[in-house]
Amino acid sequence: MAESVFAPWNDPDEKPLIQFRNVTKRFGDFTAIDNLTQDIYAKEFFALLGPSGCGKTTMMRMLAGFETPTDGQILIAGQDVANIPPNKRAVNMMFQSYALFPHLTVADNIAFGLKREGKPKDEIAARVAEMLRLTKLERFGARKPHQISGGQRQRVALARSLAKAPKLLLLDEPLGALDAKLRQQTQFELMDIQEKTGTTFVIVTHDQEEAMTVASRVAVMDEGRIVQVATPADIYEQPNSVYVADFIGDVNIIEGTATPGSAGYDIAWAEGQSAFHAKSTRDFANGQRCFLAMRPEKVAISTDEPDARNKIAGKIIDIAYLGNISTYHVELPGGRMMKAQTANTRRLSRRTLTWEDPVWLSWTDTAAVMLEG
Amino acid sequence: MRRLTLIAVPYLWLLALFLVPFLIVFKISLSDTAIAIPPYTPTLDLAGGWAAVRAFLSQLDMENYIWLTEDALYWKAYLSSVKIAFIATVLTLLAGYPMAYAMARAAPEWRPTLLMLVILPFWTSFLIRVYAWMGILSNEGLLNAFLLWTGLISEPLVILNTNTAVYIGIVYTYLPFMILPIYSALEKMDDSLLEAAEDLGCSRLTAFWLVTVPLSKQGIIAGCFLVFIPVVGEFVIPSLLGGSGTLMIGKVLFEEFFNNRDWPVASAVAVILLLILIVPIILFQRNEQKQREAEGLDVFPLSMWSR
Repeated sequence: MAESVFAPWNDPDEKPLIQFRNVTKRFGDFTAIDNLTQDIYAKEFFALLGPSGCGKTTMMRMLAGFETPTDGQILIAGQDVANIPPNKRAVNMMFQSYALFPHLTVADNIAFGLKREGKPKDEIAARVAEMLRLTKLERFGARKPHQISGGQRQRVALARSLAKAPKLLLLDEPLGALDAKLRQQTQFELMDIQEKTGTTFVIVTHDQEEAMTVASRVAVMDEGRIVQVATPADIYEQPNSVYVADFIGDVNIIEGTATPGSAGYDIAWAEGQSAFHAKSTRDFANGQRCFLAMRPEKVAISTDEPDARNKIAGKIIDIAYLGNISTYHVELPGGRMMKAQTANTRRLSRRTLTWEDPVWLSWTDTAAVMLEG
Repeated sequence: MRRLTLIAVPYLWLLALFLVPFLIVFKISLSDTAIAIPPYTPTLDLAGGWAAVRAFLSQLDMENYIWLTEDALYWKAYLSSVKIAFIATVLTLLAGYPMAYAMARAAPEWRPTLLMLVILPFWTSFLIRVYAWMGILSNEGLLNAFLLWTGLISEPLVILNTNTAVYIGIVYTYLPFMILPIYSALEKMDDSLLEAAEDLGCSRLTAFWLVTVPLSKQGIIAGCFLVFIPVVGEFVIPSLLGGSGTLMIGKVLFEEFFNNRDWPVASAVAVILLLILIVPIILFQRNEQKQREAEGLDVFPLSMWSR
């Protein structure tokens, strides 16, 4: 019997932990958050993803209490938090710069919030020890922040923000300062800690891979709005707009006109070329403009003409070799470029495709997503 | 070789401009007064050979230092100087910290202007500025004229020629030395530290005490020493603004030298003053060292020596 899937957002009886209700935030003339409504549920690992300036950090700072909405309401556990200052919220934040107190030891940094609560000494010491164990920092409790590595500092910041056992933990680009290897490892540690502590995490990041790895749901943001909220798989496989499809991963976008046909739509995309076929969950009118979004790894590349509904001949212009995979940039008739990706399961010497080779690209009816814009 | 020259330059400088003058002063402090030019005896006559040097050394004694312990004036003056310097340092800190804090919190485009305003008084002679204070604080001065005009007082306040005037003068003169190191410590501080403190349950005020103050500690210590050390030996301010009741060792030193023409006793006073100041100077150096270590800069000089 499989464990039931964690998806409180699909359960109408579930009460959200955080509710943004028509929240708008303006800084002078600049609208950072534009009439945003969103629910976040307890125990979620919610990622706010977007380019810099999209408003994701502002959303987080409003949750922490460092900014107040110009309009609208934010509710945490059903309570409007507009008049609650940061020090009175059951919310803690892990800062992008970590913001560790340089004059305090690692242990004192972690104990800082607990001491403010006026807890008894032995209780604080026990909690600090627990946090040090959780973040594997037992040996570094007596060090000052400048005496430990960047990765360790990141873990101290995490331990400090978790020490008060907040209902909600906010993480502002938590892994930005780490190198790629350490970042990957830390992502898994974060997920592990989130699961162990049962805390709700809201993470802000501009790194789509990071958001996809750690989050239960990803909100893709653009210019103060949330464009799409969905699980990482749905964001990737079922983007709701060209913006999301383009922001997450690599994609081929083909513009055309849709005609309802046998089992789906026919999409006329260029003069003199046979139409592509695609299935869609969305309805398109006859002659409506549409965009086909297709992931490169769903496009097959071959030297012989394949037996497929969607196929087109082209010429290899460029090959991006990434070790495990290769991306082929193929020029279609009329000069349009298309990307196809294959896993390099064979050794390099035995692969046959090279520059200037004439090739066939093909894909199934369900490989592409039809989008309105 | 080049490194050796590089190191030798500051040491030669110290030798010529500090150690040699100090040895001369120290030698005079061991001599006796005489009606002569220079007004002390013995003087060294190298032409006389070894015997003359021996005769010269045999005439040096600690008499002047013993004299300093016998007359209460001296130790009272030392004590009073240290006390005035201490109180003045605390007052300067109380006035300087809020100013440095306000400067560090000001919008970045304003900071150079504010910094300029702090440094601006140095463009005028120190002596003229102290004289200006005499004009402000005297019985017929600007301050009393203003207070009489507002009706707050009916009799002029006697400020000039009291210790109050000395404190005003010291705080005014030494304020930049307090503000600048504190400002530089506060300016480096990351604002997100205060947000983190608030996030962890501090009010604004506790965040100030638990984060801002400890992080500016090095600046506070540096500023206090930069004020305290020169103020102990201060002469101009107490002699111009202070009265007959203001007892400071700088004034005593001046009087011994110029009024009594007793160079040996004056030299002894100077040597003791130096010994008194050596303790805070060493503490100051240690603070600077600690600050460098805290910033992780200690690695550099260490590696320089080990290579």
